[in-house]
Amino acid sequence: MSGAEKIAVRVTEVTPLNDLVTRFRFERLDGALLPTFSGGAHTVVEMKDGDVTRLNPYSLMSDPFDQTAYTISVRRDDEGRGGSLFLHNSVSVGDEMIISNPVNLFSLDLRAKKHLMIAGGIGITPSLAQIKQLDRAHGNWELHYACRSVALGSYVDYLTSTHPNDVNVYYDDQNQAIDLENLFSGQPLGTHVYVCGPKGMINWVRGKAAELGWPREAIHYEEFLAPQPGKPFEVKLAVSNKVIQVGEQESLLEAMERSGVDAPYLCRGGACGMCETRVIDYTGNFIHRDHWLDDEEHSSGEKIMPCVSRFEGKTLVLDR
Amino acid sequence: MPKFEFPTSILSRPVYGVLEARAGHQHLMIADAEGAEAILDIATPDLMAKTHIIYIPKGTDFADELRALNPAQFYQGPSYAASVSRIQRVLQDAAMGLQLYLAGTEGLMGQVQSEAMKAGIPHTAIQTEHRGSIARRMQCVHCKGITEDVATDPFQCSHCNLNLFVRDHYSRRLAAYQAVCIDAEDPGNVPVKKGLYE
Repeated sequence: MSGAEKIAVRVTEVTPLNDLVTRFRFERLDGALLPTFSGGAHTVVEMKDGDVTRLNPYSLMSDPFDQTAYTISVRRDDEGRGGSLFLHNSVSVGDEMIISNPVNLFSLDLRAKKHLMIAGGIGITPSLAQIKQLDRAHGNWELHYACRSVALGSYVDYLTSTHPNDVNVYYDDQNQAIDLENLFSGQPLGTHVYVCGPKGMINWVRGKAAELGWPREAIHYEEFLAPQPGKPFEVKLAVSNKVIQVGEQESLLEAMERSGVDAPYLCRGGACGMCETRVIDYTGNFIHRDHWLDDEEHSSGEKIMPCVSRFEGKTLVLDR
Repeated sequence: MPKFEFPTSILSRPVYGVLEARAGHQHLMIADAEGAEAILDIATPDLMAKTHIIYIPKGTDFADELRALNPAQFYQGPSYAASVSRIQRVLQDAAMGLQLYLAGTEGLMGQVQSEAMKAGIPHTAIQTEHRGSIARRMQCVHCKGITEDVATDPFQCSHCNLNLFVRDHYSRRLAAYQAVCIDAEDPGNVPVKKGLYE
């Protein structure tokens, strides 16, 4: 079976935080302890929504050393394919669910002299676990957290009351913005940046850092891409000897899984590289949406990331 | 002086590039001997206005040419050992965005790289350009002593006198190639000494 090892859990708390964000707490069904993890890790949550099974990654926000439960905070996305809506509308206390062992694609670089976290909106969740980890190690960190408004500022009160000197909050509706140039100037050598938020914020931070001569290796970022719907298309899987149809609302990876093909995956969000698949033949255009392959690989027509990317055209044959 | 092309080798062996001016508010250039020429090649008045040069001549006479570039700061040290405390201090006070340029011998570049890594610069973000002597800084894996400027293979450990074989296995942390006894099985059976890469 592909993906990280699975854990059967029960939902023990569902806590609405504000109009958009709800927190879910998971405890193991068998009563045993959960694995510890490292700040920045995510779990892949299995959601059985009628005939459709969705596997969506969510950052773990609980204390990485607390083995009694994992918590995630989910922002409701009314435009999305329904993963977050399913959690918000159909999951309640007592439900049994399957989640994966933690996987970390956004870990702290523990060689850093200082950890500078920049979060936008629901991108605060990995920071929460990273802060707990750093506090235990007496780490040097500060957080700059941009949110839309006081009402939508998830965990602002918790963060500012526990770490009044290290947490800086910016509200969009009060025209407050992170002064990135000023923030970056004078940071000690060995500072690492961790940015989690919308794509625009990640690009802004990476661009400014490059402009100021910061090493690429010191900028860590995480953006889970949700697969986007698109026109249905047909794929031939050469190794499995199957021809499958990818529906409008499902990803290529999900279509392969639905057809009984055990395709490798880990993050399901275009970030980790695990599902990289070789293209044997094609006539048409790829709609690459991952940030794993580089521009050259995207234009080569030799590889595709089935978790988020799609295809439009006549023929697509994959080495799977 | 023509640049020496090192033969391709194992992954562990450092690979050097060609210096280029990069974006940054502060530039630190550290060179020894002919490494000065790599700095001279990229120097512009704008760049030099933000550059601190630390230079160890090792018997060459490039120092006046470097000084004439009018860098923001210029320091000439008699040896690496004499300069290392200054290098550590400059790194300690530096901010992110500092660009580090190293040029000259492998021993000098490796040692400064090791200090820079300790100060928090990823090794991949440090620019290097080899110039001048191809001699190596070697560590004896038996006694752990370092022998500087090794130009022959095999060579004798300057600490424990074992006959050592020059290998490409490199330690970034120690800034030294690892040298192993060549006549351990058959003491005294030592191949004829040759110059490196001959």
